[in-house]
Amino acid sequence: MNKKKNGFSAFWYRYKADYLYILPFMLIFFTFTVLPVFISIVLSFTRFDIVQSPTFIGFRNYFRLFLDDSLFPIALKNTLLIALITGPGGFFLSLLLAWVLNEIGNKTRAALTLLFYSPVISGGAYSIWAIIYSGDTYGFLNGILMNLGITYKPIQWLTDSDYMLGSAIIVMLWMSFGAGFLSFIAGFKNVDARMYEAAAIDGIKNRYQEMWYITLPSMRPQLMFGAVMSITGAFGTGAVITAIYGFPSTNYSLYTMVHLLQDYGNVRYEMGYASAVATVLFLIMMGINMIVQKLLAGKD
Amino acid sequence: MTASDFTIKNRHKHRITFRGLNRSKKVNRSKTGTAALTVLLLLFSIFMAIPMLLIISNSFKPQDELFVFPPQLFPTNPTFGNYRDMFIVMSTSNVPFLRYVFNSFLVTGVGTAGHIIISSMCAYPLAKKKFPGKNFLFTLVVFSLMFNADVTAIPNYLVMSKLHLVDTYAALIIPAFGMSLGLYLMKQFMEQIPDSLLEAARIDGANQNVIFWRIVMPNVKPAWLTLLLLSVQSLWPIGNNNFIYKEELKTLPCALNQITGSGTTVNIARAGIGAAVAVFMMIIPILIFVFSQSNIIETMSSSGMKD
Repeated sequence: MNKKKNGFSAFWYRYKADYLYILPFMLIFFTFTVLPVFISIVLSFTRFDIVQSPTFIGFRNYFRLFLDDSLFPIALKNTLLIALITGPGGFFLSLLLAWVLNEIGNKTRAALTLLFYSPVISGGAYSIWAIIYSGDTYGFLNGILMNLGITYKPIQWLTDSDYMLGSAIIVMLWMSFGAGFLSFIAGFKNVDARMYEAAAIDGIKNRYQEMWYITLPSMRPQLMFGAVMSITGAFGTGAVITAIYGFPSTNYSLYTMVHLLQDYGNVRYEMGYASAVATVLFLIMMGINMIVQKLLAGKD
Repeated sequence: MTASDFTIKNRHKHRITFRGLNRSKKVNRSKTGTAALTVLLLLFSIFMAIPMLLIISNSFKPQDELFVFPPQLFPTNPTFGNYRDMFIVMSTSNVPFLRYVFNSFLVTGVGTAGHIIISSMCAYPLAKKKFPGKNFLFTLVVFSLMFNADVTAIPNYLVMSKLHLVDTYAALIIPAFGMSLGLYLMKQFMEQIPDSLLEAARIDGANQNVIFWRIVMPNVKPAWLTLLLLSVQSLWPIGNNNFIYKEELKTLPCALNQITGSGTTVNIARAGIGAAVAVFMMIIPILIFVFSQSNIIETMSSSGMKD
């Protein structure tokens, strides 16, 4: 007993300063980020309407979600479709444009970096797309297309299921130059110039080979960070879709897992069921992130 | 600069002597390749710029120029009318306009200051000290970057209401202190501080507080600016949310939403004011980015994840 106490006080004496420094952040991080994940998983096995306390119902929410919910397949399909296009699309566009920006002068690069990053920092600026896509002749895009004689009547970008996914993806790509993009710019800038010289002597012929054999391998940590940012962003499109296309969107064409979650959580107060939706979405996001991290780490 | 040294692979070591020949850094840039990349950059810049230009120009268009065929990218008779109307419309609501402005500045200001200090304090031991549980905690932080707040919306509300934080400023401010992306970037950046610097201070008898405030913090200024930007970028546009229902605690974007509407309920008659509002809201984050871009890029150079 005495020895243990000595052991603990020695331990405390040694690490006290470190633990006190991390305490405020970790307390908040656990309360508002880690704990909610666990609460969500626990609630997903219950029936819970906020007023009465939760009752345990086993896997019934999951059975209902996978077997009995006609909106779930639509939401899952839309979520994966949007994520699979805008995730890799945003990632490679950020990488490509960061690479091109790296080859031009400092002032132009700074100005264009601001331009590319501006949709991300400008808060609700994306609502301008509702005016660009507006379905009458005064809509910006329709006006241009009709003025040029490409189309003869306005296209319903916001409500015609044939165009909604495509038009939404363009908005997402417009907003995809975020923290990952900045990380790529920094990565390109920091590749050691001496490696390029050495590579030129070793017989690297052009800038595409240089990119593949020298630049990308040395930027792998940035690529991994950028991939996480792209994936998280590609699954976080619910709010933007709601702001431009409304909730729910016409014919459920842009109805995602986040909308399904809000439908049961905020509208119907079926918190247990909504938590099952949240848990499935959480597992999909973590799963895809893990797979992509493995792929990037293994590539050589 | 600091990160570049370890990237040289050993097999190239003997080549470094060629540096003296002052060779051109870039190999064989073909003219067609350069032309193709320039065109690509140009096209993308136009695609990125048009929506931004349209917001700015709409905010200066008089009502009769907003809905014309064919659409005009630039106003013919620019006016400040939309900006004037924005202030007039907002001062007629029940809560004084300045209250919304105050709320937004309070939430963004306190949230950001707290985030920078609390994340830096946590980042220092994670980057530079050894203690049990360190790797586990940092792994959790990295995992938390992999999902977004949508999935925890319901339990977050439950936690807020259990802590009696619903309808308080704290509901918006305190979670912002614990944003994991900020901690992650700060920790990665602090790792670059040379250990010898901290060791020298320790030998001179400096305790952890002195080392942190006098040596670590002044050396990570680029990372502060990055956390400042990321925090303002997420707090400044906070509008309607699950935690604030009292009108006098609502932030500027909530007030602006009531004027312009959002989603399918967009008030088309107020499209000009809506654009003025959007421009008004983007000024602060854009200015922060303009003045700290080089520092932010410097921070981002250490953002990479290790396998």
